[in-house]
Amino acid sequence: MSNAHSSALRHHFANLDQQKDSSVLGMWTFIVQEILFFGGLFLVYTIYRHEYFDVFEACSHHLDWKLGAANTVVLIFSSLTMAMGVHAAALGQKKATAAWLVLTIVLGSIFLGVKVVEYTEKFEHHLVPGPHFLPPEEAAHELKIQPSQTGQAQLYFSLYFAMTGLHAIHMIIGIPIILYLAWRSWHGAYTPAYHTPVELTGLYWHFVDIVWIFLFPLLYLIGHH
Amino acid sequence: MSAVVAAREPQLPKEHYLNADYGVRSWLFTIDHKRIALLYLASVTFMFFLGGMYAAAIRLELVTPPGDMFSSETYNKLFTGHGVLMVFFFLIPTIPGVLGNFLIPLMIGAKDLAFPRINLLSWYCYMAGAGFVLYALVEGGLDTGWTFYTPYSTSFSNTNVILAGVGIFFAGFSSILTGLNFIVTIHKMRAPGLTWFRLPLFVWAHYATSLIQILGTPVIAVTILLVALERGFHFGFFDPARGGDPILFQHLFWFYSHPAVYIMILPAMGVISELVACFSRKKIFGYGFVAGSSLAIAVLGFLVWAHHMFVSGLSVYASLIFSAISFLVAIPSAIKVFNWTATLYRGSVSWQTPMLYAVGFIGLFVIGGLTGLFLAALGLDVHVTDTYFIVAHFHYVMVGSVVMAYMGGLHFWWPKITGRHYPEWWARVSAVIIFVGFNLTFFPQFILGYLGMPRRYHYYPDEFQVLNVMSSAGASILAVGYMIPMVYFAWSMRYGRIATANPWPATGLEWQTASPPPTENFAVTPTVDEEVYDYTRPPKEPTFV
Repeated sequence: MSNAHSSALRHHFANLDQQKDSSVLGMWTFIVQEILFFGGLFLVYTIYRHEYFDVFEACSHHLDWKLGAANTVVLIFSSLTMAMGVHAAALGQKKATAAWLVLTIVLGSIFLGVKVVEYTEKFEHHLVPGPHFLPPEEAAHELKIQPSQTGQAQLYFSLYFAMTGLHAIHMIIGIPIILYLAWRSWHGAYTPAYHTPVELTGLYWHFVDIVWIFLFPLLYLIGHH
Repeated sequence: MSAVVAAREPQLPKEHYLNADYGVRSWLFTIDHKRIALLYLASVTFMFFLGGMYAAAIRLELVTPPGDMFSSETYNKLFTGHGVLMVFFFLIPTIPGVLGNFLIPLMIGAKDLAFPRINLLSWYCYMAGAGFVLYALVEGGLDTGWTFYTPYSTSFSNTNVILAGVGIFFAGFSSILTGLNFIVTIHKMRAPGLTWFRLPLFVWAHYATSLIQILGTPVIAVTILLVALERGFHFGFFDPARGGDPILFQHLFWFYSHPAVYIMILPAMGVISELVACFSRKKIFGYGFVAGSSLAIAVLGFLVWAHHMFVSGLSVYASLIFSAISFLVAIPSAIKVFNWTATLYRGSVSWQTPMLYAVGFIGLFVIGGLTGLFLAALGLDVHVTDTYFIVAHFHYVMVGSVVMAYMGGLHFWWPKITGRHYPEWWARVSAVIIFVGFNLTFFPQFILGYLGMPRRYHYYPDEFQVLNVMSSAGASILAVGYMIPMVYFAWSMRYGRIATANPWPATGLEWQTASPPPTENFAVTPTVDEEVYDYTRPPKEPTFV
């Protein structure tokens, strides 16, 4: 109630507490729908992995698990820097907040850069599903599967691109938002009493990271390496 | 009240949300939930009549047995256009978008929804989606049926599947944002004293609806994405040639699209609870059960999707379980119907237009619901799958029930929305016309389907003609019934009798402020100290004007 007349208070809320509670609940609700959004893809993945496990295992060897692991570390660190950013915002350290947020963006960009390298490699090796996919004989040789399993290999790579692509799009949406927050924070928009946008974006960023924590073993680590 | 109010003519308040600002910009950039509701009203009405024209073309073609008006291809595009427009751009968004948007903040004593700008964004998402779909329909049409079944939609159809898919994706985003906004608003924005069990059932129904919107819509969104990836980039999720499973699409599709029916019907049930209580002058019978049954329908709705797939080669055990759970949906649905009728019992029932619609709803919903049990039964469902029996069944629920409730609600809250009364005589006449026209249109289709006439064909054997002519005749009556309210609603906005703040009179906070309400809804923040639907006390003067 003490901040009832803060400039951050929107007209239809009684006080900042109600406003913050609403925003946080809204973001959690948004994350719930995101889980269902990714959930559809995870279901498709689960069914086809169960159905064609051998092929999925064989194809999984064509992802570079070292790059995947490195990217996992990069993302976990970006979650840490994001958390530090939220913490700094809660303490009212506007420059530190901006710095942590920029660091988060740098780490996110490194992740996306590695992803570009991986995708390029898939294009070069004709592992992108569709008419340019390896013809059956070559696929059998390259992926160590039966020629008749080429279609199932395409399923694996369809899922790889759809799942990591959707994840990457979520990061690409996140980065400009974090950049905006860093800019706003630098100019002193956030105070210990009002820094909800930083907190909410943090929630979103952590969610996107967690999705990757699931994607990495499911796509890169099928079977032994 | 009557003595005081009857003594002087009611007058419109000097300042209200409609005259607070003028000009196109004041509407297109408004964040007032009441104005956004009216934006929805205009857009869904347009889509309703557009979808109706597709229906008219279908019914015209079916007057005669041979396919003499349209080619098969054109006919495919007609019923697809009808389905896509009506399901995604009318039935799903209408009651939440128009009545929910307008009323939820008023009913809970809030100044607005929790996120007014997101509310406006959801209307723009709707409009963007509508734009894509309209473009797809104009630019050659779409012939997959509204269900987009694979592999036809992914590999074979030569029509605008991706464009329409993008449109539905946007509409879905609009639906998710609306649901999110309602959930947060109902949790966080209630007026002091307005506990969960003092909430009007309209609000409970929208809460249950919002849960489905949040949990179901993302799944159809990602499914559309997969179809687009397969069609546009030759990914292989549903392609049998590569080991993909077209039936998987059906599972994903119905995981949303069955609950989507409850996105349509639950808000409608919420409206009916308000109307029945008000025009029986009684507290709704079994308030807790009616509220809880909304949640039960929302939960059960997620567990019955495969009853759309009994002929798809589903395992018999899976079919048995889905059949059994589908039967369970009848329980919360029947709880509602019995509680409404029990509310009528020994109430002082009056027959203004909204009540005519409410009673019509109950009748049509009973028929639609009971025929749903036919379809949940495995053996019978196999017999009538893909026949006009299905068409009749879901039109009884989705049109008969939902549109009746929407019309009833629109009449009931029209004085609150516009500050003016609609003409009662015309309204009653058109309510009766709609009821008669609807039954004449769709009841013969039950018989047609049972006799074996398949849906989605533009020609049929001669012996089905009499019933088809009855159905087409009913459709023309129904069209007249829908057009009359268009005219008198438009007329009443300028010339209607001016309404008081609480004309019926009814309980609920929305009636405790001026008609039409001011932009901030209430002059003072309302507090609630009485139970819900307390019709035992004489109606009180509006307190928060």
